[in-house]
Amino acid sequence: MAPAAPSPSAVSLRGAVALSGRFPLLAGVDLEVAVGETVLVEGPNGAGKTSLLRVCAGLVPLASGRLTVLGLDPVRRRTAVRRRVGLLSHASHLYDDLTVLENVRFAVRASGGDPARIAPACDRWGLTGRLARTPALKLSAGQRRRVALAVLTARWPEVWLLDEPHAGLDVAARALLDEAVAEASAARVTILIASHESGVVEQLADRAVTVTGGRVTAGRVLGAPASGEDGTRSTDGSGAASVPTDGPGAPDGPTGGTDVAHGRGRVAHVA
Amino acid sequence: MWRDAALVAGKDLRIEARSRVALSQVAPFGIVALALFAFALGPDRDVLARGAPGLFWVAVLFCTVLAVQRSVSVESADGARDGLRLSGIDPAGLFLGKAAAVGVQLLVLEAILVAGVVLLYGARIQIPWMVGVSCALGTIGLAVTGTLYGALSSGLRMRETLLPFLLLPIVAPVLLAGTRIWQAAMVGGSPGDGTQWLRLLVAFDAVYLAVGVILFGPIQETA
Repeated sequence: MAPAAPSPSAVSLRGAVALSGRFPLLAGVDLEVAVGETVLVEGPNGAGKTSLLRVCAGLVPLASGRLTVLGLDPVRRRTAVRRRVGLLSHASHLYDDLTVLENVRFAVRASGGDPARIAPACDRWGLTGRLARTPALKLSAGQRRRVALAVLTARWPEVWLLDEPHAGLDVAARALLDEAVAEASAARVTILIASHESGVVEQLADRAVTVTGGRVTAGRVLGAPASGEDGTRSTDGSGAASVPTDGPGAPDGPTGGTDVAHGRGRVAHVA
Repeated sequence: MWRDAALVAGKDLRIEARSRVALSQVAPFGIVALALFAFALGPDRDVLARGAPGLFWVAVLFCTVLAVQRSVSVESADGARDGLRLSGIDPAGLFLGKAAAVGVQLLVLEAILVAGVVLLYGARIQIPWMVGVSCALGTIGLAVTGTLYGALSSGLRMRETLLPFLLLPIVAPVLLAGTRIWQAAMVGGSPGDGTQWLRLLVAFDAVYLAVGVILFGPIQETA
């Protein structure tokens, strides 16, 4: 049986370097994420996971290297890309003086989303009745997270960038989130999830990549036979069982060749 | 662009209607400023009436700084500015919407300050339409420059102090033209006396509207 043809890239980073002043946020990231793929982005604090997602959202420009999102340049086609990408970040992007419903309505209308999806999204996240009419100022952190998730699911963009999505959520909301991610994944939405809760997210993802020191230093396929003893692949394609994720042992050079892996019936490229 | 502008203006005005910062804090500040000018200049009503046009516009400029700072701070909380950028909203629409919301607030504040000038300073306006037109044109100029420079300073940690420093010198033509038009309107001479200053305001508005529509997007991305 012939191998499946690789899916087109939803997100493609080549030698991506991003700076904050003179401080490197990304130090040469190579990453290919296929359309419909769900990728867990792992790494220690300050490794560059959030920066990677913000770069993919077009919020942080590249100092050098190349980025395409859904085949488009996020700088030249900024509006077109942003309308097709959703970022769930540490901030909820809410206006304190607007109610929950007003916040969701504004965010969806501003992004050119379908207003008919607002009510089902609010229902899904339990943002109904009195809570829907509550000013964002009075919401708890978990409730603010639910509103941000309601905006994301109402917009239903083609690429979801989720930064610690489970943070602040109660058990019920975590289950709802996992359900939404699974549903989006089944609908061939491309999803990048930066999380420290690998155990939870591994159930949802096709593969995991490790970010260390602003680079992708390792990748492993999830839900498929591991290539090494612990399922970890080095990014130079050597098949080494593990790659240090931090400290002096972490690789310095840019990541190497392309390692094609098949996870959960999809083709995943670990560059 | 216009749809996005209406959406953003509606959102900002709704926030103002809820928080009432302009009415409960900025307007009283403007009235207090007018009262302090009166204390500084003494009880002579003639002196106050003669100085009324300039003092009115100085008070309007102070209120503009506060209104613009409020407009910027609304987008600074909880990463709302990033949320707007991520929505893919048209930057020109965003600029026009935020400027329109600031402009509406300024018009309300100016109405209150006009009443304050008439009551506190005994200013008598002979040609009211000229004052109305100067306020409308001046408001457009202040709102667009304020929104533009507000965006420029929004990413900076010292924005509260930097904004007045950047904005006030830039809007000096509004102060100058507005004051001259008011003087012409109060003296009650020929309307032609104020027309050249009205032209200056129109030119100022046109230039900064165009600059804002073109540059607001890049400024937002880099600020």
